[in-house]
Amino acid sequence: MPSEEELYQDHILDHYEDPFHRGSLPTATHAHEDKNPLCGDVVRIELQLDDGGKIVDAFFNGEGCVISQASASMLLEKLQGKSIEDVKQFSAEDMLELYGPRLTPNRQKCCLLSWKVMQSAVHSPLERSGQS
Amino acid sequence: MSILTTIDQVVLLPEALRRDFPILSENVLDGHPLVFLDNAASTQRPRQVIDAIARVYERDYANVHRGIHTLSERSTEQYELAREKAARFIGATHAHEIIFTQGTTGSINLVARSWGETNLRPGDEILTTVMEHHSNLVPWQQVAAKMGATLRHVPITDDGRLDMDTFAMLLSERTKLVAVTSMSNTLGTVNPIAEIIAQAHAVGALVLVDAAQSVPHMTTDVQAWDCDFLAFSGHKMCGPSGVGILYGKESLLDSMPPFLGGGSMINEVRLDGFTPAELPAKFEAGTPPIVPAIAMSAAIDYLQKIGLDAIHRHEQALVQYAYEGLSQIEGLRILGPAPEHRSSLVSFAFERIHAHEFAQVLNDRFGVAVRAGHHCTQPLHKLLGLSASTRASFYLYNRPEEVDRLLEGIAAVQKMFAPQGRKRRAQ
Ligand SMILES: Cc1ncc(COP(=O)(O)O)c(C=O)c1O
Repeated sequence: MPSEEELYQDHILDHYEDPFHRGSLPTATHAHEDKNPLCGDVVRIELQLDDGGKIVDAFFNGEGCVISQASASMLLEKLQGKSIEDVKQFSAEDMLELYGPRLTPNRQKCCLLSWKVMQSAVHSPLERSGQS
Repeated sequence: MSILTTIDQVVLLPEALRRDFPILSENVLDGHPLVFLDNAASTQRPRQVIDAIARVYERDYANVHRGIHTLSERSTEQYELAREKAARFIGATHAHEIIFTQGTTGSINLVARSWGETNLRPGDEILTTVMEHHSNLVPWQQVAAKMGATLRHVPITDDGRLDMDTFAMLLSERTKLVAVTSMSNTLGTVNPIAEIIAQAHAVGALVLVDAAQSVPHMTTDVQAWDCDFLAFSGHKMCGPSGVGILYGKESLLDSMPPFLGGGSMINEVRLDGFTPAELPAKFEAGTPPIVPAIAMSAAIDYLQKIGLDAIHRHEQALVQYAYEGLSQIEGLRILGPAPEHRSSLVSFAFERIHAHEFAQVLNDRFGVAVRAGHHCTQPLHKLLGLSASTRASFYLYNRPEEVDRLLEGIAAVQKMFAPQGRKRRAQ
């Protein structure tokens, strides 16, 4: 059983209180949103991809616990500027490792929510009104 | 340490009861004494129930209703005795009005499918409430969609009680069934079931009571309520998981077709058809939860020995005490009504701190087990403007000192997650 001191390390609480790119992205080309059905945590990720499949910009929004929200912040910070290929390569295990403290199976779901949303977001182009 | 009004010790059950529960006295958490406040999800079991399970497996076990050998006779006798006990426990007239199912969910689905698919017509209405557990919503959504019936929902008042004025307005000749919980697993609200049933019967509607949260905590009398269907689970009342009960009035159960088909539920099977068995076998297809049912009756014995009224008084004292303590915490929102309208549990939410943080830190640092999430009431949480809450739920073995521990833990969580002007460091 990880102690909560370990679970809520300073750098995690830093991400929670001062997240990387929390908000929406008006220039987004791709977006996806999902929920953890067990607890109702929500994460939405909006991405601006260029023609070469590079993540020019990425923002997230959501509601949920420290783990689900801080992990979203860490993930975007990590993948900003990377390619779709890099996203695909970035496994669930990589995500858990990026987060740091070892999580029990139920809490892993909190941590992997943003990762799942990210995996789908790169394949979810937004329908743009006004475009031919 | 408590600054709260002192609890009336006279209404509390003896602390020695805790010794009946091995899990409460063993060092199960490596260092912390266990403060188990997740009883609304599932309770713990006393030695008496654990022993009953072992005894059947060690001495009396065989399949029921099948063999003529000694062990089959023994387990059949005990299984049927469990049915009689359950009938007496909830005030049913006949033992064959008790159907063993896999739990509350199984019981409700049985009625939704067997009764619903036989009796509902397009335009008919099923009336349920916004405070229901998913298991008393989804089966009705499924059957309503299939039969072209309409589902309506009784709203709640600002303080989390059923809005009985709107209930009266929603009731009509079109209402065929009212499906309502006797106690909300999230708000803790105890609903006026007798009144609901009387009003429903006045328009010719039947009533199914989801009694998963009330049967374990207070005396139930289906005849006094004139209840048509009642559903509850073994695991929320010191019994095992995997077994629950559907009570139905004899005349209703008799008129309903079997739900699951298979062994035991038949009278005769030909290659081109079957005739169903009599009650209760008609609704118990396949090998039933034999040992869970027998152990559930051991749980009933245990509860009855203490007395349901005494259990209820004990929990009322705890919930009142917890409610007062929680009311004094700044920024904490208690879900649901004042203590006199609730029983055995209290859920709360904070503006800024997610329920998961409470559950995690309460567990890791204080040994307190609470539930965090939507407790299978997503529509209710949405209505309350929440995605999750934290729930502390009590049972006969909980003590005021454990409530103190909970309150202490909440204060620690608040402190730990108070905004501190943190800044993310460069990677
Ligand atoms: C009010 C209520 N109804 C139904 C259920 C479902 O019970 P079970 O999971 O035992 O079928 C529960 C338990 O979580 C409950 O609290």
